[in-house]
Amino acid sequence: MVELNAAVALLGRFPALTGVDLRIEAGETILLQGPNGAGKTTLLRLCAGLLAPESGTVTVLGHDLTAGSERRAVRRRVALLGHSTGLYEDLTVAENVRFWARAAGLDAELSVERVVGALQRLGLDDGLLDLPVHRLSAGQRRRTSLAALVVRRPELWLLDEPHAGLDQAGRSVVDKLIGDAVAAGGTVVVSSHELERVRTLSPRVVTLAGGAVHRDTSP
Amino acid sequence: MSRFFADARLVAAKDLRIEARSRVLLNQVAPFALLVLVLFGFALDADQRTLRAFAPGLFWVAVLFCALLAIQRSVSVEQADGALTGLRLSGMSPAALFVGKASAVFVQLVVLEVLLTAGIIVLYGSEVEQPLLVVATGLLAAVAVACTGTLYGALASGLGVRETLLPILLLPVLAPVLIGATRAFDDALGNAAVDGWAWLGLLAVFAVVATAGGALAHGALVDE
Repeated sequence: MVELNAAVALLGRFPALTGVDLRIEAGETILLQGPNGAGKTTLLRLCAGLLAPESGTVTVLGHDLTAGSERRAVRRRVALLGHSTGLYEDLTVAENVRFWARAAGLDAELSVERVVGALQRLGLDDGLLDLPVHRLSAGQRRRTSLAALVVRRPELWLLDEPHAGLDQAGRSVVDKLIGDAVAAGGTVVVSSHELERVRTLSPRVVTLAGGAVHRDTSP
Repeated sequence: MSRFFADARLVAAKDLRIEARSRVLLNQVAPFALLVLVLFGFALDADQRTLRAFAPGLFWVAVLFCALLAIQRSVSVEQADGALTGLRLSGMSPAALFVGKASAVFVQLVVLEVLLTAGIIVLYGSEVEQPLLVVATGLLAAVAVACTGTLYGALASGLGVRETLLPILLLPVLAPVLIGATRAFDDALGNAAVDGWAWLGLLAVFAVVATAGGALAHGALVDE
């Protein structure tokens, strides 16, 4: 599913990953932890095909990501929730989620059906659907951003601080979303500082330090 | 191929919907365009004969100034909250993204050109003697400016200093468009005895090269 061997990745000239060895099986959920600057976000971006490995090998869903064409091919099969929401401020919640569904290649009819389902799963109230994003709270934006990923039904979920900015109800929705993704056969990588919360989601915790895997443990 | 055009249409429709909601074109760029025409009038002492003589050049300089605003807006929409990363992850072809973004800028430029044409008729007393040449020049120049601007907007945003860098990068490249469109308008407005249709040929070549070059190069700028 995901395999990194001595993977090195640069951010500009700075080596953000200095030689990561990691294997994640299909259907597995792993938690990434580590201090700021440990390379968690870079690792997720590398697995999403947004970065090219400087050296070493990265294979995701059967794609060797050293090749540019393979990186482009894998992107459609993964979902990356980053620090930014990727939403358009002047479009409504429904328009944003519909746009991302269509951009991912879903036809109009299917995208409407999935958009409705995704918005309901994320607990977005019907009254919010026609609101422009610039009128939403940070938590509502985060949920909308997740809904835009849910419609794509990705095989690999890469979630960077998915609970950030969410209230208790929102956090529960995210936990359920991760559980549903795993139940549907998806693979999930969660990066988080909230270890106590995310520990309930998976027994496997991978700790990064200095751009490499420091510890890989199943308690 | 149908996916390519569907993606380009999706991006263009999205950008135009954002524009319609935010009304930046209507409330900021259009008044700026008219203000530029008025200020040129003040600078040239409001002598209508002089203004008429210089109207084609002033018109296209105003179009280029407004194009900078429209292009910067087009870039910032994708940069504001990481939407460009989402577009890269969607698997959409960079060429389709380019065509979609450039199409939305093209539509905005055409609207501004219509407004500015009315502006030079009312403020400068210009007369359109060859409407077909005016329309053809306006459309081809808009394609050339929109495609070149979208490409250079992607280049400047990648360097992280787009607000200041874009005009320095873009305006020299668009000099042939300014010259060709001004000469074509000189003929169309009856200002000078030049063959405007020949200058239109230059604009057509520039527009084709900008479209093809932009579609090919855009991927390298936004993809890595």
